[in-house]
Amino acid sequence: MKKRIFSVLLVGMFVVSLFTFAGCSSSGTDENTIKLGFIGPKTGDAAIYGTSAEAGAMLAVDEINANGGINDKQIELIAYDTKADQTEAVNAYNRLRDQDGIVALIGGTLSGETLAMKDIMLQDNMPVLTPTATAVDVTVDAPNVFRACFLDDYQGEAAANFAVDSLGSKTAALLIGVGNPYSEGVSAAFEKAFVAKGGSILGTESYGMTDKDFSAQLTKIKDLNPEVIFVPDYVQTVGPILQKAKEMGITATFVGADGWDGVQVEYADAAQGNYFTNHYAADSPSETVQNFIKAYEVANDSVPNSFSALGYDAVYTMAAAIETAGSTEADAIITALGSTEHLGVTGNLKFDANGDPKDKEVTIIKIDGGELKFETLVVNN
Amino acid sequence: MNLFLQQLINGLNVGSIYALIAIGYTMVYGIIKLINFAHGEIMMFGAYFAFIAITSLQMPVWVVLILTMAIMAVVGVVIEFVAYRPLRNAPRLSALITAIGVSLFLQNLALIIFKPQPKVMPKIFPEMMIHIGGIDISSTTVITIVLSLIFMVLLDLFIRKTKQGRAMRAVSEDKDAAILMGINVNRTISLTFALGSALGALGGILFSVAYIQVYPTMGVMPGLKAFIAAVLGGIGIVPGAMLGGFIIGMVETMTKAYLSTTWADAIVFGILIIVLLFKPTGILGKNTREKV
Repeated sequence: MKKRIFSVLLVGMFVVSLFTFAGCSSSGTDENTIKLGFIGPKTGDAAIYGTSAEAGAMLAVDEINANGGINDKQIELIAYDTKADQTEAVNAYNRLRDQDGIVALIGGTLSGETLAMKDIMLQDNMPVLTPTATAVDVTVDAPNVFRACFLDDYQGEAAANFAVDSLGSKTAALLIGVGNPYSEGVSAAFEKAFVAKGGSILGTESYGMTDKDFSAQLTKIKDLNPEVIFVPDYVQTVGPILQKAKEMGITATFVGADGWDGVQVEYADAAQGNYFTNHYAADSPSETVQNFIKAYEVANDSVPNSFSALGYDAVYTMAAAIETAGSTEADAIITALGSTEHLGVTGNLKFDANGDPKDKEVTIIKIDGGELKFETLVVNN
Repeated sequence: MNLFLQQLINGLNVGSIYALIAIGYTMVYGIIKLINFAHGEIMMFGAYFAFIAITSLQMPVWVVLILTMAIMAVVGVVIEFVAYRPLRNAPRLSALITAIGVSLFLQNLALIIFKPQPKVMPKIFPEMMIHIGGIDISSTTVITIVLSLIFMVLLDLFIRKTKQGRAMRAVSEDKDAAILMGINVNRTISLTFALGSALGALGGILFSVAYIQVYPTMGVMPGLKAFIAAVLGGIGIVPGAMLGGFIIGMVETMTKAYLSTTWADAIVFGILIIVLLFKPTGILGKNTREKV
């Protein structure tokens, strides 16, 4: 009985694979469009990241197509949902490659899913530009994988540079989420850069993933009396920390990282006058940024976030590379990407040998009166 | 020294909230020998109700506090009536599993109604700093501690001085004998659930004001710690639950302040294990002690 089920399955798989290959050959013959894949979570807890990045990418595709496409060919963006699940991501990627016949991939959106696909993408020599995967490993030993966002330690360094150069602070304390690689990674980079610039770290306090009570840690930090307190975490944790600190009468300036984006919505009072590093500023005077925001609001009826901006820039950068390459051959696109330079919404994007952004500007945002205000740009060197 | 005093206040603040919630566990256990795992969810719903009353209905603080406690008292009684009363004479394990079921049901109900994103609790108490000696205490902290203490004292008086309180003690000591003495056991048990739930709701409001967020799983961790507090103090004994709550809050804060944050939970739970090993009846647990 078992054997029979097995053989039925085998036949089934064979039939399915026949269809799959048939699909591959038929789509490959389509010469008038350039197919780009997009991968990210569109449903589930992380849905906001995938949908934002996709909306940004889609806007860029529409704009490029309206302006005549790439070398007279229209772009088609095919997006699949990963539900933030790594297996789903690999399945989605296989489908994009075999069934849809994409020439390059914009994605994945999250670090985890991108890492899960990395080995297959490497084998396929697929040109990949991830808009938002920040994990260091994503681009390591993968000449075909590039990324548009700066890395966690890069923004940690930028935050330290800002704290020393612009705020003129000499002392800092760190408040870190233990077991959260993002929080730990950014703060390690901050500490290193802050000390290298001659500042001193007075103390490092930490909290667990499920902690809601930060009063013990903040009491100790208040006693140290640092000029700057660095808290890189996401809004849901940062909000209560800032609130508690305000309640306790802590007057030091808080500095955070891109996880703070959105803190002005519900914690405006507590976050007043503090700073964080981000990918772009919505009130930046740059014309590119303002045009992007206007177009995005018309297309999506919502305000873009950093993920939308990075998705937008990633598509433009990829399009520029394909145009330069003059073909849709993987090797040609990868070589062209390596030397592409694109001035986008999130700053000037060019790549280092690893495929990571080189000397990209980090935007410093100040929370003021419940709004995010552009403060300055920082370039690490 | 000032730093230590400041941490002591922090510990009192957390501890008073744990104590309030622990009382609900211990009262219910004392009277029907049931660990009411849904108690953390009562606390969560209390916080949500207060959130709605303040943000949408714009009620004054005192009305919110009293109304929330009254409504959650009714909810507690309803839960007992629907889920626990039919199992009154069933094996205790069945009732325990039902309690876990009610807890999960309420949590998921809250997820559906309120969605998982945390809501931000507005500041309902006047905000100012009080300077005593070298230490600063926020008014929220003072109000939290004072409110908890007031209600704990009121409860203690109620149990010791009133006729209903005496009935509660009688039922917890010997249900059958209490029936023979003409005590309405069902009504006494309902009253116990009502009081426990009202204090749990107060704990929920104070918790959400102190940590400014309201979300569907907010009752889990404080509920668990309050349960530990109840066991630590001697489950079934009301002053034990208060003592246990303050000890747990203090241990947690001091561990964070002087040892390590990552160890705080491990140490709190470790205390539970040690207490159960050496003194299964808890700190105040004696066989002769009156139970409520």
